[in-house]
Amino acid sequence: MSAPPSIAPAASAGRAAGGASPFPQGHVAARARGQRLADRLFQGGTLFFAFLVFSLLAAILLSLYLGSRPALDRFGFLGFVRSREWNPVTQQFGGLVQIYGTLVTSAIAMLFGIPISFGIALFVTELCPRWLKRPLSTAIELLAAIPSIIYGMWGLFVLAPLLADHVQPWVTDHLGGWPLVGGLFQGPPLGIGMFTAGLILAIMVIPFISAVMRDVFEAVPAILKESTYAVGATTWEVVSHIVLPYARVGVAGGIMLGLGRALGETMAVTFVIGNAHELNTSLFLPGNTISSNLANEFAEAVGGLYTSSLIALGLILFIITFIVLAFSKLLLLRLQRMEGRPS
Amino acid sequence: MPPPAAGHSAAYTEVYSSALYRRRRWTNRVALTLSVATMAIGLVFLAWILTTLAVRGLVALRPVVFLQSTPPPGSAGGLINAIAGSLLMTAVGILVGAPVGILAGTWLAEFGKGNWFAETARFVNDILLSAPSIIIGLFVYAVMVARMGHFSGWAGAMALAIIAIPIVVRTTEDMLRLVPVSLREAAAALGASRWKVVVLIAFRSARSGILTGVLLAVARVSGETAPLLFTALNNQFWSANMNAPIANLPVVIFQFAMSPYADWVKLAWAGSLLITLSVLVLNVVARIVFRQQKAG
Repeated sequence: MSAPPSIAPAASAGRAAGGASPFPQGHVAARARGQRLADRLFQGGTLFFAFLVFSLLAAILLSLYLGSRPALDRFGFLGFVRSREWNPVTQQFGGLVQIYGTLVTSAIAMLFGIPISFGIALFVTELCPRWLKRPLSTAIELLAAIPSIIYGMWGLFVLAPLLADHVQPWVTDHLGGWPLVGGLFQGPPLGIGMFTAGLILAIMVIPFISAVMRDVFEAVPAILKESTYAVGATTWEVVSHIVLPYARVGVAGGIMLGLGRALGETMAVTFVIGNAHELNTSLFLPGNTISSNLANEFAEAVGGLYTSSLIALGLILFIITFIVLAFSKLLLLRLQRMEGRPS
Repeated sequence: MPPPAAGHSAAYTEVYSSALYRRRRWTNRVALTLSVATMAIGLVFLAWILTTLAVRGLVALRPVVFLQSTPPPGSAGGLINAIAGSLLMTAVGILVGAPVGILAGTWLAEFGKGNWFAETARFVNDILLSAPSIIIGLFVYAVMVARMGHFSGWAGAMALAIIAIPIVVRTTEDMLRLVPVSLREAAAALGASRWKVVVLIAFRSARSGILTGVLLAVARVSGETAPLLFTALNNQFWSANMNAPIANLPVVIFQFAMSPYADWVKLAWAGSLLITLSVLVLNVVARIVFRQQKAG
């Protein structure tokens, strides 16, 4: 928006008067010019900072790329991704174990996190009495506020012993002998390992996924639900036949957001994953994820190739989470456009 | 739906006792029970984590925690150096991150409508909002620690600032957009220039909302551990020198909790309680401030 156009003729008139008049026309013009300059400075200044935020992403990518060059040049991208070797002594590095661990723990998190988040969103939007809505939503949101290191401590000192003593022996006894999937549940009940890490991640992503689901469920037009109730549908039928199909884009966006969080989560996983460079089939055995490997080793890594390999892992993690989060954002943007809301 | 009652017509009774009807009603009941159960699961985990913290943290939280620095293994000590380091780095991080975030958010809300750069910047900001914080640590390591040749409090504060920025950008933009257009138009009609409209009108009426964003950023940043592991590192002794490795609560908790020493683990619980309490209080305050924004 520029200054009101009426100022401009006034300014020229002021100048024509030679400035002799005590009437402050020239003064007005000077002030208007000053204001316009201030406007331009203000807009330019804020634009600069917006650009700074924008370029942050590019700078992060660039620095990770440059830092990972020595390792990727030495092993090749495919070679690095395929190798399970991680040996600082022989200077052989590969990311297969960490990438596998990252994907498996996130998959476990999604397996438990999605149904629970869905149930919570369903409860808050369809079942909950109005006066309980806000306190319950706030409580679930507080799960997201708890720092991840607290989840890690709780996981290590409370959840892991519990799983080792009561859950894992039972599961190994009952599922360990099954064909195909039995191998996933074998091994000694250590408590720490990929399963525990995935379980904690599930709790951590619940607030993110259920918040998005709750919002998109609430955006379903009441008339659709009411007409379904009117023809005699049960609450569950309304949710499964009307609400879910209507909100599926948003639900997918929320799940992607949770997945992005789970993939990059560091401290909670580092406490309970066991930090072992082994490719174990069993979910109950220790493993490693990209982020926990970085947390454990980066500060002590000596030698260019070691550091560079860790940065290469960081680059891979960043690219994976970037794709997942971008996908999530695109889905949610599409939803907003469908609803005609401004982004 | 009313249950079948005696005295109804035969057709009525037939509908409500048919197998199809009963199956639908059972499916519904099972689904809704499961939904209540999931809500209970969420609440149980929250309560479980908080009570664990309260029980184990309160036992360990003695005055000495606030009086002495972190001890070597096997002796008593406190966390005062870590508390001070955390406060210092959080303060610097927010002092850098909040203005940057507020100004960038202002541009997005006031000048960035319907142009591709603003759309992209918004997109990038949302990605940064959820990006793994350990990656931010790697970035700051590359641009600061590796260049300066040593870990430092400045690097830690910078990592925290980068984590705070997207949160502040997002809330600032959202809150400025809630300011009614009529307010801006009224100011513009009185001859106020654009920057005056934004600073004197929009900022003022979105003040509590923007403050909410800053508070949430403080809450998020004060619990962050991953980006500090290889920027600020840690320091066993009292130090307020931002140009050297500096102690901070999250990294001390990590180091102490993973150690085999009972004294250290106890201190880690005390530190965890302190961090969680401050984060939860900040969150509650942010919510109260935000409610004021909505009311005003």
